[in-house]
Amino acid sequence: MPIEAAAPVEDLAGADQEFLYTLNFGPQHPATHTTLRLILTLDGETIVKAVPDIGYLHSGFEKLGEDLDFNQYVTIVDRMNYISPVANEVAWHHTIEKLIGIEITPRCKYIRTILAELARISDHLLCVGAAALDLGALTAFLYAFNAREKVYNIIESTAGQRFHPSYTRVGGLMADISDDVVDLIRDFVKTFPKVHADIVRLLNRNRIFIDRTKGIGVLSKEDAINTSCSGPVARASGVVRDLRKDEPYLAYKELAGSFKIVCGKGGDCYNRYLVRMGEMLESWKIIHAAVENLPTGPVNVDLNDKLTIPDKSATYRSIEGLIQHFELFMWNRRWETPTEEVYGAHETANGELGFYVVADGGGKAFRARTRPPSFIHFAVFPMMMEGHQISDVPAVLGSLNIIAAELDR
Amino acid sequence: MPVLDTLNAKFAGAFTTSAFRDNHRVLVSAEKTPVVLFPLLKCLKDELGFDFLAELGGIDYLGYPDATDRFCVVYGLTNTTTGERLFVKAFANDPGPELPSVVELWRGADWMEREVYDMYGVRFPGHPDLRRILMPSEYTAHPLRKDYPLRGHGERHNFPTVTRADS
Repeated sequence: MPIEAAAPVEDLAGADQEFLYTLNFGPQHPATHTTLRLILTLDGETIVKAVPDIGYLHSGFEKLGEDLDFNQYVTIVDRMNYISPVANEVAWHHTIEKLIGIEITPRCKYIRTILAELARISDHLLCVGAAALDLGALTAFLYAFNAREKVYNIIESTAGQRFHPSYTRVGGLMADISDDVVDLIRDFVKTFPKVHADIVRLLNRNRIFIDRTKGIGVLSKEDAINTSCSGPVARASGVVRDLRKDEPYLAYKELAGSFKIVCGKGGDCYNRYLVRMGEMLESWKIIHAAVENLPTGPVNVDLNDKLTIPDKSATYRSIEGLIQHFELFMWNRRWETPTEEVYGAHETANGELGFYVVADGGGKAFRARTRPPSFIHFAVFPMMMEGHQISDVPAVLGSLNIIAAELDR
Repeated sequence: MPVLDTLNAKFAGAFTTSAFRDNHRVLVSAEKTPVVLFPLLKCLKDELGFDFLAELGGIDYLGYPDATDRFCVVYGLTNTTTGERLFVKAFANDPGPELPSVVELWRGADWMEREVYDMYGVRFPGHPDLRRILMPSEYTAHPLRKDYPLRGHGERHNFPTVTRADS
């Protein structure tokens, strides 16, 4: 049989198209954890193109922000990143306080800092644990979840709620923390390094884990900056930027000596894992320093500022408290805000969480725009995925820590 | 800010500035945006080191006290070397609000511009793939506009029904 000439190149390109296979990954899939849909174009096992499809929750956060007052909206902010809700609350009320122009009390600053760092630890624990679970390491996930439970216990004792505490208020907190909570935090500080060391021992030199994460989903430093990445994703690519150091807020200026910025170089999944592990230890140091230097004094700004909701004893037993309570809750009174706009940003577990608030003088935001980190990181996903195998999808998704509620408005 | 002096020298009279708390803003009015906005942002990125587009979001100023232009897109820029922040506010008006796309400057603007288009109906000529991102493609309205009612116009109930037989 004579050897036939090779087919012309243009014909091959057309024929290739027929062998490409489209796979819908998600919205409900054990490895996506939340409602994420990925439309993958496959050539065998290799991903030619990945298209993320978002907008499944339709939660209407921003429209609700224009309809609820500054204290009410905290319940919605909680649900944006349900993995570390306290950090979102702290960021939201930080922005509102910046808008109104009030300085919170030192004790409030420290308590908010501790809670934000606890939220970071719990977020990173879930991220690392779930990523390990998707790659087949169940034990690390169980260890991480057990430690998370302790963080939830602390939040439950402070706010009375485990998942959506709604703990912050304009100018302060719902309530002061008790000595029991301080003991719980001290206990957590004592036990956490062992959990951390256990996870490190299980994963850091694990052959399977390294093979499945090293060199996967590489993001260069230039690309990380150009695509607006922030937080651990950017730092794993070598961007030395952390809002806690660059634009210190809360008590981070006073605690700046107790922590460092953790950075990586490779920009792959393994580096993102290492950065998260390193950051947990730094957060642990911040919590340790903050809880040992916790200032005494009030947690809310002065009652005379007419900004914070008075606590129940003041509402029920003093006329000033009662009047102030009415002033804040009657729909036609509430606050006066400057007719201005302000952007406040916090370094949350996933990166820069910013709120752009436009006020029109009333007690509600005229526009409450959120800059969610996951939304921006998910846009980078197709770039990271091309040329990889389908089994790398969970590794990259896990390392980016995409939260579906943050993808929506 | 020294950055503003450089901008003033280059784009004299093209913008106004304002500041509140630590947010410094450059405001480009609706008449000037088609010509000035893209060169101004390009200058900020390439010459003044604002290489990080931290945020891009839309605002609808319908019913806002003393507002003159309706739509606004806020570009939150950061200089990753010095940590400086600058906000550029560009305005656009009905009908057919349009602003030049900045995807070729910052790839991060891709989804954020699609979101503004979806939620406010502001078009971005030059965007590689301007489609709705959050709402279904059959949707006709722009939900974050101020004149859009909280309970919706009833679009959801009027979607064409797809039966199992024709899917």
